Amino acid sequence: MTAEATPSLVEKTDGPAEAGPSVHGPRARTRTAYLRYVAGKVGGAAVSLLAVLVTSFFLFRLIPGDPVKYMTGGRQVSAEQLAAYRREFGLDLPLWQQFTEYCGKALTGDLGTSYQFNAPVIDKITEALPNTLLLTGTAFVLYTALGVFLGTRAAWRHGRLGDRLNTGLALTLYSIPSFWLGLLLIIVFSVGIGPIPGLFPTGGMESGGEEGFAYVLDVAHHLILPVITLVAVEYGQTLLVTRSALLDEMGSDYLTTARAKGLRDDLVRRRHAVPNAMLPTVTLIFVNLGRTVAGVILVETVFSWPGLGGLFYQALSVPDLPLVQGLFFIFAAAVIVMNTLADLIYPLLDPRVGR
Amino acid sequence: MTTEATPQDQAQAAKTSPRALTRQRRRHSAARFWKQYRSHRAGLFGLTALLLFALIALTAPLTIGSDVQSVTDAPGGPLESPSAEFPLGTDQFGRSLLGLVVWGSRVSLLVGLLAAVLSVAIGALIGITAGHFRGWYATVLMRITDWFLVMPTLVLAIALATVMSRSLSTIILAIGVTTWPTTARLVRAQTLAVESRPYIERAKALGGGHWHIMSRHVLPNVIPLVLAQTTLIISSAILAEATLAFLGLGDPTVVSWGGLLQDAREAGAVSSGKWWYLVPPGIAIAIVALAFTLCGRAVESVLNPRLGVAR
Repeated sequence: MTAEATPSLVEKTDGPAEAGPSVHGPRARTRTAYLRYVAGKVGGAAVSLLAVLVTSFFLFRLIPGDPVKYMTGGRQVSAEQLAAYRREFGLDLPLWQQFTEYCGKALTGDLGTSYQFNAPVIDKITEALPNTLLLTGTAFVLYTALGVFLGTRAAWRHGRLGDRLNTGLALTLYSIPSFWLGLLLIIVFSVGIGPIPGLFPTGGMESGGEEGFAYVLDVAHHLILPVITLVAVEYGQTLLVTRSALLDEMGSDYLTTARAKGLRDDLVRRRHAVPNAMLPTVTLIFVNLGRTVAGVILVETVFSWPGLGGLFYQALSVPDLPLVQGLFFIFAAAVIVMNTLADLIYPLLDPRVGR
Repeated sequence: MTTEATPQDQAQAAKTSPRALTRQRRRHSAARFWKQYRSHRAGLFGLTALLLFALIALTAPLTIGSDVQSVTDAPGGPLESPSAEFPLGTDQFGRSLLGLVVWGSRVSLLVGLLAAVLSVAIGALIGITAGHFRGWYATVLMRITDWFLVMPTLVLAIALATVMSRSLSTIILAIGVTTWPTTARLVRAQTLAVESRPYIERAKALGGGHWHIMSRHVLPNVIPLVLAQTTLIISSAILAEATLAFLGLGDPTVVSWGGLLQDAREAGAVSSGKWWYLVPPGIAIAIVALAFTLCGRAVESVLNPRLGVAR
């Protein structure tokens, strides 16, 4: 980065005649460098996606036993029926042929047919995806905001009682299994113990029969407990990363300068320290975005939320191979896409990266 | 950690053998490590909690006895509330929950430890070799690491546990195989830093082979990092074990904390409001996971004071 900064400085001192190209030159160079960087990252992501596709195919073929046996659910079936099943799901073909067929179909968005629901996997996924996005999206916004807010405050009042309490609480909640917290919340606030009445529904996404605004309120009512669970177990990591990033910045000279200018403490924090400290947090935010799609498996299972995670658990207990494969691919793809987005955005935020 | 030889050490060097000298140097650096670690209050709290749980787990055969997990001759009635005889109540078979939680600590701790050791061993091996041998070998290894890094850990672990038979070793393998990439990256970075130092060049000039350099020069410098990483990974391994057991992927014949929570859910403890069945295993998981995290952070901040971890 210094290598590029120096020539432009030299060029600027050369005089007004040189000013034109010296302003455009480095910028154009930067743009092509960024494009090359983007191409590299996107190419890498495409390779990763392909690798995931291969893995999701072969990994689940390792399950011992015959998939057809799972399909028939242990019932007595004749050999002809078994053969018919095999033909229907393409299981009579050699493995490599199954694989090429699977890849070809996957490229057109066809992920096979679920054994359990006898419906296209992609339909089951698109059906459940909005529900998962509603739950994770709400939780994500809340725990990111809470984590960044508390992390900033904890670092700014580093070492004081507030910081110690905040960090301690975050670490404790971070060590709690999410499903356990969910179960406890259900017992306390849905079933009700002692004087506490059951305030919230025990699970699901809607009570049914509601329309319009009442439906929205009903879904929101169902959303509260799972969102609290997710926020409680997830905000700690954001808090800790924000805190340590800000602590790294705290000793910087430019903050002393800002204070010496007579800026209020609050302004120094908001305008100077936090924007610089946010860089590691931004990476974490994107990683979290990708991760939460898969991370809700437990919370959705506990709260019977009709999303991807609950579907994955259902598919596992059969096991419904095409559905498990499809969901595995979607979960991994979410992480890959979000990580790539983080890689692409990062150099725009921090010009030192990716040149 | 690097240690500088003090003048007294050098004076003693004349009269003691190299081996005794090394031992003495190690003792010194261990003492210094402990002195710094002691100033981290949270780390001390974590260590105390861990020792307590280790004691409980190790003495369980004496205090509880292995017949606590027997379903057939359980002492109490099903799902009894806490009483003088059963301080934490009983499960659906009438077994004492206190006994089960104590007995479950053995499996949870064992799986956590072994999975973390496996994970860190894979990570250290790949990290050191990828840092030492450059070229296509390192490129391939780091590609694989990156691939594992983007995989959602829990989903991959669940997938592996589904594919293999239900047993403790499956759980250990599933956790170990999915959590190593971070360690590999950390260790590789450290290896690259160590190998750029002049004394490695000296060792090469004197005819030191790959094995000699990796085991005698790189490994000792990587070990502290690996230790801190192990402590942190144990905590997530214990959580992962509980999760897998809760999803019904654990060994159904052994008692573990996650398995107890699954039993509780299946016995309808949630809908009937039997909170006393659910609370103890969850608290045990949380305390042990927190204790390992606190220890790991304390170790990390002793080894790398720039990390900005509060005392």
